[in-house]
Amino acid sequence: MDDLLKDFLTETAEAIAELDTALIRLEQSPDDAQTLALIFRLVHTIKGTCGFLGLSRLEKVAHASENVLGKFRDGTMTVTTGAISVVLGSIDRIKTIVHDLEQHGQEVAADDSDIIDALNRIYNGEDVDAPAAVAAAPAEEEELPPEPAATEAPAVEAKAEILPPAGPARDAGRDGTDTLAASKQSIRVGVDVLEDLMTLVSELVLARNQLLQLSRTHENNPFEVPLQRLSHITSDLQDGVMKTRMQPIGNAWSKFPRLVRDIAHEIGKKIDLQMIGAETELDRQVLELIKDPLTHMVRNSVDHGIEKPEDRRAAGKSETGRLVLNAFHEGGHIIIQISDDGRGLNTARIRQKAVAQGLAGEAEVAAMAESDVHQFIWRAGFSTAAAVTSVSGRGVGMDVVKTNIEKIGGTIELRSVEGQGTTFTIKIPLTLAIVAALVVQAGAERFAIPQISVVELVRAGGASEAAIERINETPVLRLRDRLLPLVDLRNLLGLPSETDQASGDFIIVCKVGVQTFGLIVDRVFDTEEIVVKPVAPILRHITLFSGNTILGDGSVIMILDPNGIARAVGIGTGTGAEREALNGTTSESVVETDKTALLLFRAGGSEPKAVPLGLVARLEEYPIEAIENANGSPVMQYRGKLMPLVPIDGGMVGSPGAENGGRTRQPVLVFNDAERSMGLLVDEILDVVEDRLRVELNTHRPGFLGTATIAGRATEVIDITYWLRLAYPDWFARKESEVGQGQKRVLVLDDSAFFRQLLPPVLTTANYAVTVVDSAAAALKLREAGEMFDAIVSDIEMPEMDGIAFAAEVRRAGSWSSLPLIALTSRVSEADIARGRAAGFSDYVAKFDRDAVLAALAQVLSATEMETL
Amino acid sequence: MTTVMERPRAARGTASTAREFVTLTVANQLCGIPVLTVRDILGVQQVTRVPLAPPEVAGSLNLRGRIVTAIDLRRRLGLPAPEASAKPMSVVVETAGEFYSLLVDQVGEVLALDDEAREANPPTLDSRWRSVSLGVYRLQGQLMVVLDVDKLLDIGVDLKG
Repeated sequence: MDDLLKDFLTETAEAIAELDTALIRLEQSPDDAQTLALIFRLVHTIKGTCGFLGLSRLEKVAHASENVLGKFRDGTMTVTTGAISVVLGSIDRIKTIVHDLEQHGQEVAADDSDIIDALNRIYNGEDVDAPAAVAAAPAEEEELPPEPAATEAPAVEAKAEILPPAGPARDAGRDGTDTLAASKQSIRVGVDVLEDLMTLVSELVLARNQLLQLSRTHENNPFEVPLQRLSHITSDLQDGVMKTRMQPIGNAWSKFPRLVRDIAHEIGKKIDLQMIGAETELDRQVLELIKDPLTHMVRNSVDHGIEKPEDRRAAGKSETGRLVLNAFHEGGHIIIQISDDGRGLNTARIRQKAVAQGLAGEAEVAAMAESDVHQFIWRAGFSTAAAVTSVSGRGVGMDVVKTNIEKIGGTIELRSVEGQGTTFTIKIPLTLAIVAALVVQAGAERFAIPQISVVELVRAGGASEAAIERINETPVLRLRDRLLPLVDLRNLLGLPSETDQASGDFIIVCKVGVQTFGLIVDRVFDTEEIVVKPVAPILRHITLFSGNTILGDGSVIMILDPNGIARAVGIGTGTGAEREALNGTTSESVVETDKTALLLFRAGGSEPKAVPLGLVARLEEYPIEAIENANGSPVMQYRGKLMPLVPIDGGMVGSPGAENGGRTRQPVLVFNDAERSMGLLVDEILDVVEDRLRVELNTHRPGFLGTATIAGRATEVIDITYWLRLAYPDWFARKESEVGQGQKRVLVLDDSAFFRQLLPPVLTTANYAVTVVDSAAAALKLREAGEMFDAIVSDIEMPEMDGIAFAAEVRRAGSWSSLPLIALTSRVSEADIARGRAAGFSDYVAKFDRDAVLAALAQVLSATEMETL
Repeated sequence: MTTVMERPRAARGTASTAREFVTLTVANQLCGIPVLTVRDILGVQQVTRVPLAPPEVAGSLNLRGRIVTAIDLRRRLGLPAPEASAKPMSVVVETAGEFYSLLVDQVGEVLALDDEAREANPPTLDSRWRSVSLGVYRLQGQLMVVLDVDKLLDIGVDLKG
C-alpha cells in the first residue's frame, strides 16, 4: 500500500470517529452552526482526498452526503432525526469502504446506489420526515439536480452545483490546514515502535536497578556519580516514553454517542449522554483493555438502567434519561464512573434470582444488606433483565466485565438506589508496564506481590500482640476486632518449610474487591519497581501467578496474583467447598458490616455448633470437680446459688474419664435472667466469629434451629429456648403467668422465623410480655383489634411493608401513634439511622446485640413513663 | 553468566546430506539437537523454582534480561536425578517464539553428520524416549539420539494456553 493511501486511511479513520460524535451533537442541537461546519468540512475533506486518490466509490458516497449536509448548513433544510440517520448510514458505508481499502489496498467493487439514492431523496426533499419535507420546500427555489436522474448522474451533477457553497468549505479547509500547521509539532509513530521502546526502557530500568544494587555494596565506588546520573536519566526516559503511550480516555468513549443513540432509538428511549473528563489520559494498553468492559456497561445502562420515557414520566422523572461518564485521576489511578438516573437495581428480583439459582438461602438473602445483594450481579450467568433483548440480558456480561477489570489490577464497585439510578466506579492503574511490588519469601522462594493489592503488613508471633490462631487447621488472625482469613502461602504453593516453624511470621493483608485476606509469608523484603512480564505458555495454567520479572539482583521472581489466590482458596466466590483441599479459609469476608457475632463451640461430635454471642451471658471454665449432682441432674454452685447444668448432645458431665480425654476443666456457656442462671455444658469453646447467619430451618432435631454455613463450615445453630426449658421448664411460663404487675408489653415484628425465635427469650427473661408477629400487616391487624403495647420492636427489611413504612403508618394515626418504636436491623450506618429516625423510630439497634436491645427498651419505656407522670 | 560456546555459523560447506547437531549428554546417553534450534549454551545458572509447575519444569532463569523456562531433561526423560554435586548446563532452544532452557549434564560439540548414518528409532526403545526421538545416528563407539525439541517441550500443557 503506498504511503499516500496509508496516510489517507489514518486521517479518514480519525475523521469518521469525529463525524459520528459531531452528527449526534447536531441532532441534539440542529442550530449549532459550528458543528455543522465541522461536519461539512470533514465530509468535504474525505471527498476531496478520495477524488485525488481516484477512489470513485468512496467519492460518490461522500459527495451525496455532502450535498445533504450542505443544505443543512445553508439552512435550506431542517435537521431531522430521519435525515441524520441516513447521513449516519452513509458514514457507515464510508467506514465499510475504508475497511475494504485497508484490507485490499484498493476499493472493492460494490453497489452503493441504495445509500446514494436515499441521500439524494433527502436532498430533493422527498421521502423524509414531515418537518424535513416542509423545510425542503424553500430549497426548491435553488437549482436542484434534475429529479429523474440516473443513479450516478445526480452525484456528478450535484457536484457541479454544490460548488458555489463549497466556497466557505474551502475556507474551512484552509482552517484545517492552519490547525494542521499548528500541530506540525506532532508526528505519527507506529504503535509497535512505541511498544518496542517501552520494552527497551523497561529493560533499561531493570539493568539500572541491577547496577545500583551492585554499586551499593562498594563504598567510595568511582562509578557512583555517573551511575546516579544514569539513574536519573533512565527515570526521565522512562517517564518520557510512558508519556508517549498516554492517550485521552475520550478515544475509548468516542463511539459511545453513536452507540447510545442507536440503542436508544431502537428501543424507544430518550437518553442524554454526558462525558466529563474525556481528556484524562491513561496508558493505551490499559485503554485498549477497558474499551470492551466500558462498552458493555454503557449498553447495560441504556438497555435496562434507564427506563422508557413513559415509565420515567410515571416515576416523576424527566422523560430524557441521563447517562454520565466521568473520568479523573486519583493517586496513581484513573477513576471512571458510569452513572445513570434510571431505575436502579431491582433488589427484590436479585434476591429471588439468587435463591432460584441456588447462590444463597432464602433466610440468607433476606438478612443481607442491599449493597450485598447487589454483589450477586457479578456472578457468572446472573442477569435480572426480564426479557432478553438484542442489546443485553443474556446473563453474560457483568462477571466478564469484573474479571477483565480485575485482570488489569483494577477494581469495580457499584452503588445503586432503586428508582434513582446506578453508579459504577472503576478504578484502574494508569499503566501496567511498571508496577511497585513487595518482595516476600515463603519457604526458600521469593515472590513479588503487586503493591496495589497490599493493604498492610502485620507481624504475627514473636513479641507482637497478633497471633495466628487456628480453627480446625484453618489459620485466622484477629485484626482490630475482625477475624481475618489467612492463606498460608507455603501450603498454597506446596513449598517445603525451610525451618521447623509451623507458619511464617508475617501477614500480608491483601484486598481483592471487597474481600480482604491475609497471606502468611516467612519474610518480607523491600518494595521494588518491577516490569511485569508474562509467564511462558508452559506455565500459564498456574493462575496464582500474574507474571514474572527480573529483580535488581538479576534473579527471576514469580509475581503472585492476589485475585488468583482469592479464587483458588474460594474467598469471594461464596462456595469455597470445592477448593477446601488447599487449606484456605472460606469465610465470605471480614469487612462487611451486616454480620452477627457467633460463638462457635464443639459439643458431641466434631462439627462446630453456634449460638449468637449476644444471647450468652458469660463464658466460664470450671474444674470438673465443681460439678455436683442433685436429683440425678448436674448442678454447680454459681454466685452463691445452684445453677442447673445441661449437656448438649452428650457433652460431658461428671468426673474426668476416658470420654472427655482426661480433661480437668469444663467449659460452660452461662445464660441468665434477673435472678436465675443456667449453664450449657460443651466440649470445647472454639471461637467467636462474625459471619452472616444463613440458617436453613430444616432441622427437626429438638434443640437445633438448623444448619448454617459459618466460616465456611456447616455449623448447627442451637435453639436456646429449648435448652433453657430443659433447665427450668417454667423459664418462660413463669413470665407468661405473671403478666400484669408492672410488666411491660412488647410487640416484636420480624419476618424472619429465625429472629422471631431468638428475640423473645431475651425479652422474656428481661421480664417483658412479648407478642410476636411476622409482618407489618399482622401487626396492624392487632392495632385494629384494639391491642395495646408499651413498645414495639420492629425489623426494617421486610417484604411488602418494610419497617420504615410500618413506622410511618404507626405514627400517622391510631392508638399506637405515640408508642416508642425501636428499629432492629442487621446494618447500622449513619444514613440508616437517619432514615429510621425520619420515619418515626425512637431508637435504632443492631440485631443480636442483646444488651443494646434491652437498654434501648428500658430507655424508651422510662422516657414514656416520665412523660406520663 | 558465561557463554561457553558461541552459536556456530551456519553450515560450513558441508554436503547437502549432512546435518549439524549440538551434542549433549544426559545420564551418560549422547543426544543431539539440530543446531539451528539452539540459541545459546550456558554454564550453571541460578534457577528460580516455580511452584505448582509441572515436575519437568526446573524453574525460570534470566538469560540477559529475558526470562527463560528451564526444563530438567533428566526428569523429562524419566531418568534418575543427578548427584547433588552435578553442575547442569543449559541448552537454550527456541520454539514458537519462546525460549526454553534444557538442563543437561554436559554439552559436547557441534557435529556434522551424514544422513546415511541415521536410523529410525528401534521399535523396542522405551516409549518415553521414542516419543521425543527423531532417530538415532551411528557414531564411532556410541549412538546419538536426535531429540525433537517441540516434543520435548510438549509436557501435557496446552502451549497455546
